[in-house]
Amino acid sequence: MSFISYLINGISLGSVYAIIALGYTMVYGIAKMLNFAHGDVIMIGAYVVMASVSGAGLPPVAAVLVSIVFCTVLGIVIESVAYRPLLNAASSLAVLITAIGVSYLLQNVALLIFGANTYSFASVVPVSSIVLAGGSLTITGEAIVTIISCVVIMVGLTLFIHKSKAGQAMLAVSEDKGAAQLMGINVNGTIALTFAIGSALAAVAGVLLCSAYPSLTPYTGSMPGIKAFVAAVFGGIGSIPGALIGGVLLGVIEIFGKAYISSQMADAIVFAVLIVILLVKPAGILGKNIQEKV
Amino acid sequence: MKFKKAVSIALMAAMTMTLFAGCGADGGQKSADGTGSANGTESAASGDAFRIGGIGPVTGEAAVYGVAVKNGAELAVKEINEAGGIGGKQIEFNFQDDEHDAEKAVNAYNTLKDWGTQAILGTVTSGPCVAVGQVSNEDNIFLLTPSGTAVDCVKYPNAFRVCFSDPMQGLESAKYIGENNLAEKVAVIYDSSDVYSSGIYEAFAKEAENQNFEIVAAEAFTAESNKDFSVQLQKAKDAEADLVFLPFYYSQASLVLKQAAGMSYSPAFFGCDGMDGILAVKGFDAALADNLIFLSPFTPTSEDEAIQKFVTDYKEAYGETPNQFAADAYDGIYAMKAAMEKAGVTPDMSASDICEALKPAMLEVTIDGVTAKSLTWEESGEPSKEPMVVKIANGDYAVVE
Amino acid sequence: MRNMKKISKTTKSNLITYGMVIALFLIMQTLVLTGNVSSLLQGLLIPLCAYIILAVSLNLTVGILGELSLGHAGFMCVGAFTSAFFSKCTAEAIPVAGVRYLIALLIGAAMAGLCGILIGIPVLRLKGDYLAIVTLAFGEIIKNVVNILFVGRDANGFHFSTKDSLSLGLEADGEVIINGPQGITGTPKDSTFLIGAILILVTLFIVLNLIHSRSGRAIMAIRDNRIAAESVGINITKYKLMAFSVSAALAGVAGVIYAHNLATLMAQPKNFGYNMSIMILVFVVLGGIGNIRGSVISAIVLTLLPELLRGLSDYRMLIYAVVLIVMMLFNWSPKAIEWREKRSVKLKRRKRKEA
Repeated sequence: MSFISYLINGISLGSVYAIIALGYTMVYGIAKMLNFAHGDVIMIGAYVVMASVSGAGLPPVAAVLVSIVFCTVLGIVIESVAYRPLLNAASSLAVLITAIGVSYLLQNVALLIFGANTYSFASVVPVSSIVLAGGSLTITGEAIVTIISCVVIMVGLTLFIHKSKAGQAMLAVSEDKGAAQLMGINVNGTIALTFAIGSALAAVAGVLLCSAYPSLTPYTGSMPGIKAFVAAVFGGIGSIPGALIGGVLLGVIEIFGKAYISSQMADAIVFAVLIVILLVKPAGILGKNIQEKV
Repeated sequence: MKFKKAVSIALMAAMTMTLFAGCGADGGQKSADGTGSANGTESAASGDAFRIGGIGPVTGEAAVYGVAVKNGAELAVKEINEAGGIGGKQIEFNFQDDEHDAEKAVNAYNTLKDWGTQAILGTVTSGPCVAVGQVSNEDNIFLLTPSGTAVDCVKYPNAFRVCFSDPMQGLESAKYIGENNLAEKVAVIYDSSDVYSSGIYEAFAKEAENQNFEIVAAEAFTAESNKDFSVQLQKAKDAEADLVFLPFYYSQASLVLKQAAGMSYSPAFFGCDGMDGILAVKGFDAALADNLIFLSPFTPTSEDEAIQKFVTDYKEAYGETPNQFAADAYDGIYAMKAAMEKAGVTPDMSASDICEALKPAMLEVTIDGVTAKSLTWEESGEPSKEPMVVKIANGDYAVVE
Repeated sequence: MRNMKKISKTTKSNLITYGMVIALFLIMQTLVLTGNVSSLLQGLLIPLCAYIILAVSLNLTVGILGELSLGHAGFMCVGAFTSAFFSKCTAEAIPVAGVRYLIALLIGAAMAGLCGILIGIPVLRLKGDYLAIVTLAFGEIIKNVVNILFVGRDANGFHFSTKDSLSLGLEADGEVIINGPQGITGTPKDSTFLIGAILILVTLFIVLNLIHSRSGRAIMAIRDNRIAAESVGINITKYKLMAFSVSAALAGVAGVIYAHNLATLMAQPKNFGYNMSIMILVFVVLGGIGNIRGSVISAIVLTLLPELLRGLSDYRMLIYAVVLIVMMLFNWSPKAIEWREKRSVKLKRRKRKEA
């Protein structure tokens, strides 16, 4: 019974990683940059929900919408102020470092506004837990909602990218920026749209993360952010189904490692598995291994 | 490229200037420099006021503890100054950030030294405290840590602490659980990447051998994975533990309690002084913490007059209920005051002379603080006070007699 | 002739770098001896040496080899812990600090270099961001392992455990040397500014010589075009591994300096985790990728900056973040570069007119 319970917890934890990883993967696919500030946008999203529920007294659903809008705007602003000037810089590392700067900035702004104290995030999930097998197995409402929203988002995004014009533009930009521009695609606009979607997803991830693990501080986003980055690479960075697989796999390995090997070594185990996978499949599970041409 | 170079050079020059500014004569008068006082009280000339420095994390993951210490200390300083200061002399207090990092803590310490600090309240967290302990011992500056619990924090003769040490908390927790027959099977969840948590766990496990209960599960977590406790709790549940010992801070403990409730597991929970403050977590469902027992030096709901005054003043000033970190810092400042008055030191003495005078004086003072009645110190630097056992009932702290 | 000029140019540039370090050292040393330096700056001198070495050594991987490494702090951690372990064990057996430190230094560098080779063999097969993430993973594994490592010593020799210090089963006279998360306390404080400065010069010497040697040109050829380099018969694995392990060994040296400067050595996210690796990467990128002198300067500037901002108390880290972003935009954005070039051309013209 505990095996099933571990599995469910792993999938639920992994689904949160997967939604965060989606943001990483989309931005990477289009802008070829690692947005290290993504984890902190998650934290901001959660604070906005918390503030609008407890401060402004909005109902949870409205608060989530406010948070999504706020994060979307935030994502666009960050992209245009801090990243866009560097997209054509001599080294792709320049924008990575700026992203780290933005990450510090967001953390410290949150620290000044909300203080260092932990907020216990009131769950916005209205679903109650399911108790199975006479109480020995409990599936929390948060786990159910997280897993379902993860799947819904994944399907929605895949449809959006393959069926809509804007989605096609994204694909084109990620394939070849120059050629896309020649075809009349607004490259900057497409990149901004990607950031907007990524940040909106971050808001959702923030809500789900903090509903499942209700402890909110200015640093809440940074570790899940790094883990999700790992998940995105796991699955093959740039690939949307890869983010789902990578995220879930990471969550399950983390929980199983803790449960069956050593709780002290959980992080080392996760990273060791990652290394093995990358050595076998150097571009991640679903990544395309592009052969270099001479 | 020329322009860029010019800018870099100008920047460097400006920075170097700031560093050198205000470091002319040592010990004597310090002019205001880039490393000025945190609360803008830098005005008094040397000899007019005692300069007490504080060190702790006010940014970074451990900021919550540093901010509490800063607030508690500033409150005490304000009260003392309003009441006429120490021996008629005012106190200037300057709190520096160490980001919970040993190296940054030494930087903070050096900043305070440049400012002309005469005694230090800090550091807040154990690791940095050991590093600062060593350098302050070399300079012979008096160090009183409000909340550095590791054994090595007070290993030098100039260092004292207000809180309990890690081994003592582990020992007392095990004794209390054993003597009151709280449980037969105990599970421990601890932070294996944290000095405080692993220190308590080790002492607890050692003492458990002499007690009438058995540790059936000892599961760790780390700073990198401190969100999901489902596995640790599941293991405790599978081992049929009827009590889970949680020797870590309340931010994570609130998650443990929530997740235990989520999986319908309801053993007794037992914590240490880091648990104090759990009810102050905004939005926390206090019902989850019902029947949680922990050892703490401080209870904000105590009817004691001094505590009530402290809690009211603190709430008025910072809008929050103080936790034990704030209380330790508050007592720390008062202990310094008592020792300084006992030793008869004056602000025009050097930090080293003050330290020499304070070392014996600390052993003689007794203060009625908010963390203990008649608090005294031993030569080892440890405080001698009895831990209180606090139980949460109906959403409030209650002292168990 | 042209070739000659080029060589002398690089030699000149190298000499400027050495000269800058020596000059800075002499100025600081004089100021310290005459008592004109604040304790803050004096305390920062040794960490600064460590950070400069870290930045220079990472620049070897990032700038010269062209591979992004996010696990540099892991090598520093290895160097720090192995050397501190040695120094603590032999604090009584070898009373001469200089000799002990030298051996500790060699051990730290060798162990970190060895880790560099062991990690490099599998890792360097990967490319770009995949390599970055695997180095990050190794860094985190090293930190995690150090955190659960317990080593004690008593009359019967050494005892190891990965559980807790109780399970070491030490005799009464035993001493715990590495105590899991509490790390090593009481390492002899052997690092000095002089040693640090010498080690910076040694690091610069090694790195600059490597860059301008035959091997260095091979490494840069791999960076610029791997396939072309391979086709002219350059042994890719060998040169990649060479750069990577030298870089790791030098990070180990920085770890030795770091460990022998503080009384306490713990592997925490802040000092040996990815945060630190990223911090070093920031030094390298801000100073200019592949620009060794730039690394030295930016390591100094970025280490001093947060300390100088202490006066701003609560806003300190916020301002630091803003300054970092602005500096990056100013240094790297193509538009800013264009604007700067225009400015400098104008300035030149004005000067010429005035002349």
